[in-house]
Amino acid sequence: MDNQTVVVLTQAAFPNTLTEIDERHGDLKLRIPRESLLVVMQWLRDHAELQYTFLESVTGVDYLGREPRFEVVYHLFSFRHFHRLCIKVGAPEADPVVPSLTGLFPTANWQEREAYDLLGIEFSDHPALQRILMPDDWIGHPLRKDVPLGYEEVAFTFNQDRIYAHKPFAKE
Amino acid sequence: MGLEEKAGNLGFVTTTLETVVNWGRTNAMWPLTFGLACCAIEMMGAQASNYDLSRFGMEINRPSPRQADLLIVSGRLSRKMAPVVRRLYDQMSDPKWVIAMGDCASCGGVFNNYAIVQGVDEIIPVDVYVAGCPPRPEALIDGIMRLHAKVMQEKIGGKPHTHDEQIVVEQKDTGLIQVT
Repeated sequence: MDNQTVVVLTQAAFPNTLTEIDERHGDLKLRIPRESLLVVMQWLRDHAELQYTFLESVTGVDYLGREPRFEVVYHLFSFRHFHRLCIKVGAPEADPVVPSLTGLFPTANWQEREAYDLLGIEFSDHPALQRILMPDDWIGHPLRKDVPLGYEEVAFTFNQDRIYAHKPFAKE
Repeated sequence: MGLEEKAGNLGFVTTTLETVVNWGRTNAMWPLTFGLACCAIEMMGAQASNYDLSRFGMEINRPSPRQADLLIVSGRLSRKMAPVVRRLYDQMSDPKWVIAMGDCASCGGVFNNYAIVQGVDEIIPVDVYVAGCPPRPEALIDGIMRLHAKVMQEKIGGKPHTHDEQIVVEQKDTGLIQVT
């Protein structure tokens, strides 16, 4: 199965849905609106000729200064045809909500939690949208590009007295 | 056949109670089985047959903090892991000592960011810092020997624990030197 077949089949099933079709180094990438994500993904999974039964990864991206700011990238894999497909969905900063794929692919559960934890992208209808990597009481989403890295001044011989005076050393 | 017949008259030794107690503590200082990152591999190397920490009475790692005297923080400590380390330290029975092994445990190392504690001395008191990324087993053993030397100076009333008295061990090309 080649990329052209996938594009033709998808376009026939969902006319005016694919907002971008791109092919780089033989890998196919489709961009779809988030409203049609669930329908398209279910169709890709259940279609007899495609059978993209494996969701390889769910990734969140922060394109600060671009519209839409957030993007969720899905990589699908078809064991039947040994073929990969990349699906991209955008989400604006004011409303960073994308439908959850947990109902279709159980593996999306933790990966969506990670995207929520680190980037603040919310997945509607997710069964338990909680932090997964950062501590539960953490404030903010550290992988957003407008969040400071959390740099602390490095102590050298010439400035260690000033830094150690404020450093919270533990007591017994 | 007793020891007396073998060794003859052993005589007697005069010493202080402090010395005997500290001598016992240094020669049976059991570390906690606890590794965080790549430094833990070097720690295991120090305990394996090539470097053989059992020469110093440390051949046994205790999997329970109740039975351990020494906490070797071997590797970077994430902020999520920090409460766990503090709890392990609190569960260890006195007297207890802490070695910050490697740059990450000592000061955050290259991970100067939001996720890593910038030095475990922010959450637990540290006795000896061992520099290196990761420190070689020789450096860790040297740090342990310096900790032993520190323990031998302890008074019977308890161990002093202020930042000024902490020992810093730095690794140089020529060997190991003590900085402060």
